[in-house]
Amino acid sequence: MANDPLHQFQIKPIIDLFNVGGMDFSFTNSSLFMVAAAGTVSAILFAASRSASLVPSRIQSIGELWYEFVANMVRQVMGSEGMKFFPFVFTVFSFVLMSNLLGMFPYFFTVTSHVVVTAALAVFIIAMVVVVGLAKHGLHFFKLFVPSGVPIAILPFISLIEVISFLSRPVSLALRLFGNMMAGHIVLKVFTGFVVSLGALGIGGIIGALFPLAMGVALTGFEFLVAFLQAFVFAILTCVYLNDALHPGH
Amino acid sequence: MDAMASETTSHTEVPGEAHGGGTLPQLDSSTYPSQLLWLVITFGALYLLLSKVLLPKIANAIEVRQSRIAADLAQAEQLNDDARKASEAYDAALAHARTKANSIAQENRAQVLSELDAEQAKVDADLAARLAKAEKQIASTREKAMGEVEGIASQLVEDVVSELTGSKPSSTAIKSAISAAGR
Repeated sequence: MANDPLHQFQIKPIIDLFNVGGMDFSFTNSSLFMVAAAGTVSAILFAASRSASLVPSRIQSIGELWYEFVANMVRQVMGSEGMKFFPFVFTVFSFVLMSNLLGMFPYFFTVTSHVVVTAALAVFIIAMVVVVGLAKHGLHFFKLFVPSGVPIAILPFISLIEVISFLSRPVSLALRLFGNMMAGHIVLKVFTGFVVSLGALGIGGIIGALFPLAMGVALTGFEFLVAFLQAFVFAILTCVYLNDALHPGH
Repeated sequence: MDAMASETTSHTEVPGEAHGGGTLPQLDSSTYPSQLLWLVITFGALYLLLSKVLLPKIANAIEVRQSRIAADLAQAEQLNDDARKASEAYDAALAHARTKANSIAQENRAQVLSELDAEQAKVDADLAARLAKAEKQIASTREKAMGEVEGIASQLVEDVVSELTGSKPSSTAIKSAISAAGR
């Protein structure tokens, strides 16, 4: 078990809840860390908003920094009319970020390392883009696939590319986050696994284990960066795609 | 599948766990319903809590601070403006007072000078009148004295002649003699 890099992704039921039509809806370790991520975000923001003083306390500063970071991102990409999507983008960013960061603790489960979670988020975001775009612009939403200023001869070709690019958005959005989180954790596990197995080989092995140990330390720092960066990329792409729903005519 | 999985995962600690070893746990679709359900529950709950309660509170705190800063800046500007106006008013009052003081001094000097002139003129006139009076008196006294000189002279002549000759000369002779001598 100790050396199996995929073991950390296993889902184990904690409480068996109910089966509907052969589908298992148990409360699992994944569910536990989803609750933990949502709970941690809520707890921090609750502490940050509890004493809304004029001169912010330390925790209040963190909350406001966090708020302003996402608010600036939404405003820069979508403009001030995009602020109605701010709570959604903030929730996406915070949930993904906290899931990634909690996954960095040893023995903790990484919710976002499962493709079904990232795919569900991505599909929901793209569905929201389509629904909002159609509700707001009607059939004009499909101007998204017909760029202006393109010669009529190559327009079908361009439109085909635009449609494919639009359809590949949820795929790339889901796979980017999932792939980064899974690969990072596997690489960490493999390198630190080397430390253990080499360390068992005696004095030469212990000296030889120094290299994977150093790599493990470096990769841990790198993975924290990736955890933040992927949450940021996921959130900013959410903004970019929602911006298409608000302004389809490029 | 189960038998194969437990074979390939012979190093797995818990034998009951079939998903492990060679296959990706992420591709085990039997875990999807649970993951999706709990994702919907936790993400939805987090969204509701953030959008309805926590984010408005933080936004409100930021808003209050920004409006307070703006109000304070506006008040500072207002006070600065007031101070500048007061300074300008003070300068104007000072200049006004200075010109007023100047004009009062000028006026006083002119008044004093004119009073002085009037006094001097009065004194001069008084002196001139007294001088004229005194001169007149002198002149009249001299006139009188000159008038009496002839009488005294004729008396003296009469006395001298009568003493020398023993006879009284006629008054007409005396008069002509005196006037001849006086010429």
